[in-house]
Amino acid sequence: MTAVRCIDLCKTYRQGDQDIKALDHLSVDIEKGEFVCLMSPSGGGKTTLLNAIGGLDIPDSGEVWIAGERIDQMSKGQLADLRLANIGFVFQAYNLIPVLTAQENVEFVMQIQGVPAAERHDKSFAILQEVGLKGLETRRPAEMSGGQQQRVAVARAIVSRPELVLADEPTANLDSKTSAELMELFTELNEHHNTTFVIATHDRRVQAYAKRLVRMLDGRIVDDIEQHAA
Amino acid sequence: MNVVLRLAWRNLWRHSRRTWLTIGAMVFSNTLLVFMISLQFGMYGLMIDNTLQVFSGHMQIQAPGYKDDQKMRQVVPDVQPLAARLRSELDSETIAARGWAFGLASSEERSYGIGIYGVEPTFESRVSNIPGLIKEGRYLEQNDAMEIVIGTMLARNLRINVGDELTILGSGLDGSFAAAVVVVAGIFDSGVREIDRNIAEMPLGTFQDVFYMNGAGHQVVLLAPDLDQAEALQTRVATMLSANDALVVQGWDELQPGVKQAIQADMSSAFFMYGILVILVAFSVLNTQLMSVLERTHEFGIVMALGLKPGRLGRLVMLETTMMGFIGLLLGAIAGALFTTWFTVNGFSYPGMEEMVAKFNLPGRVYPRATLVTMFAGPLVVFLCTLAAAIYPALRLRRLHPVEAMRTN
Repeated sequence: MTAVRCIDLCKTYRQGDQDIKALDHLSVDIEKGEFVCLMSPSGGGKTTLLNAIGGLDIPDSGEVWIAGERIDQMSKGQLADLRLANIGFVFQAYNLIPVLTAQENVEFVMQIQGVPAAERHDKSFAILQEVGLKGLETRRPAEMSGGQQQRVAVARAIVSRPELVLADEPTANLDSKTSAELMELFTELNEHHNTTFVIATHDRRVQAYAKRLVRMLDGRIVDDIEQHAA
Repeated sequence: MNVVLRLAWRNLWRHSRRTWLTIGAMVFSNTLLVFMISLQFGMYGLMIDNTLQVFSGHMQIQAPGYKDDQKMRQVVPDVQPLAARLRSELDSETIAARGWAFGLASSEERSYGIGIYGVEPTFESRVSNIPGLIKEGRYLEQNDAMEIVIGTMLARNLRINVGDELTILGSGLDGSFAAAVVVVAGIFDSGVREIDRNIAEMPLGTFQDVFYMNGAGHQVVLLAPDLDQAEALQTRVATMLSANDALVVQGWDELQPGVKQAIQADMSSAFFMYGILVILVAFSVLNTQLMSVLERTHEFGIVMALGLKPGRLGRLVMLETTMMGFIGLLLGAIAGALFTTWFTVNGFSYPGMEEMVAKFNLPGRVYPRATLVTMFAGPLVVFLCTLAAAIYPALRLRRLHPVEAMRTN
């Protein structure tokens, strides 16, 4: 089953006097349960593609399909519902809500989903334990290391067991040990829960975990290869 | 407390100094509004009481049309038994019967046209403060017959004093000639020129004899325990008299339309000033919330990426404003209540106030009137305007685009 289908996507940004083609007639299919790494130098279009897949940004032309639904024509509200129900995001800069504790950050998404309080509490507690943050539930982001914050961000992204996780440079601010732990966690989720992962990165250590590498350059796919995970 | 409430509450205190400054503006304006509105209503109460207690009372029973066209023949039949019945049924002593006639008052030297009131001396002192304003001599007593009290200006105009005789000439109810010679028992000074110049009071029994009233009079004056109870009393009296088409109950605002108009005019200007104060506070809130929204644009982008709809983000901002406004309302109402209560006990005055208010026959110390309305009306308006001020920042969030928002630092 196709989890993500992008057809002939184009997206152009204006930077000063220049038009920059972030996506240039790009098409790609990602099957459910795949672990895909989007690789490109800076400005290659991987974040733009990730944003288009996540419904955060609308392409100028082309089609984006998620789990059989075309999303590029959806309203803001419909896209928000789609993200809430189907997609988990992990950002480079963790992007936790600074005034909430680790557990509250994880609970926040479930609260929007309308999950009952007791269930929210149990699930958030369990997932934080799963990502190795037992005992840090009441800490606020400012009181945690970068690695710990990224784990909270991952916990937040996967607590509702989304079918698709989109991660943009998730290891950029992490040391190699924490990066490896995070990728192990992603791999485990991918294998045990059949969660589809699309990770935008130029970290070569991350590539080693991917089953599929998609190389991009100037908004186009230049290489798309299957590989055995490390 | 759910996460959204916790988020709103903690967001409020991210910049605690800014939040406290905004709340401080609300508390200050709320305290001021509570005090000023209470003081204003206290002043109006005094104005009304002082005006009504001089003569007109909180309400009067009259013949229909008498108020606008004071004619001798528009009478209240059996006025004294009616007043007695009302005193008994309403269990109130502040009810008095009166008759009125136009007459010519003549001293040895001069004559003036005046309004002559026949009053029940025992009860008149309970509905009017003229009996307490006697400057010379004494007020009428129960057994008086041919005595009269007049105002200071009339006494001066007629050049008479206490003990002098005064000839009253007029026309009786049946059109016949009415005349009497009475003795000035006392001279009152109400401070109201029209009353001091144009009014004289004599016992109602004598009045009815002189003017051939056959037991009739022209008004029954009623004074409620206080202004707040006047309307209820008026309704009750009107119900009691509903079977009698020949009588109507006139409220104080109909009897003294000038007082009501003066209050309305004063209220308009005062509420205009209060409106400006509230708008200033609303702008302060708008500024705070707009800054708060702008500096959290990146964060809003994140929560939108997580699946929060723009509408719910707007509601979050409204929730934060509601919390802030509620703190302002609560603290402002408490501070205002404490401040005002102190003045309701000790009174409020400032240098020069005594001279200024004396021309309105008001005392130099005003006691604010603290009620639920005066305590909460102002703070509630501030609260609502605070919410209204947050609508714009909340609406701005609807236009927010997650990617653009997340690019903002």
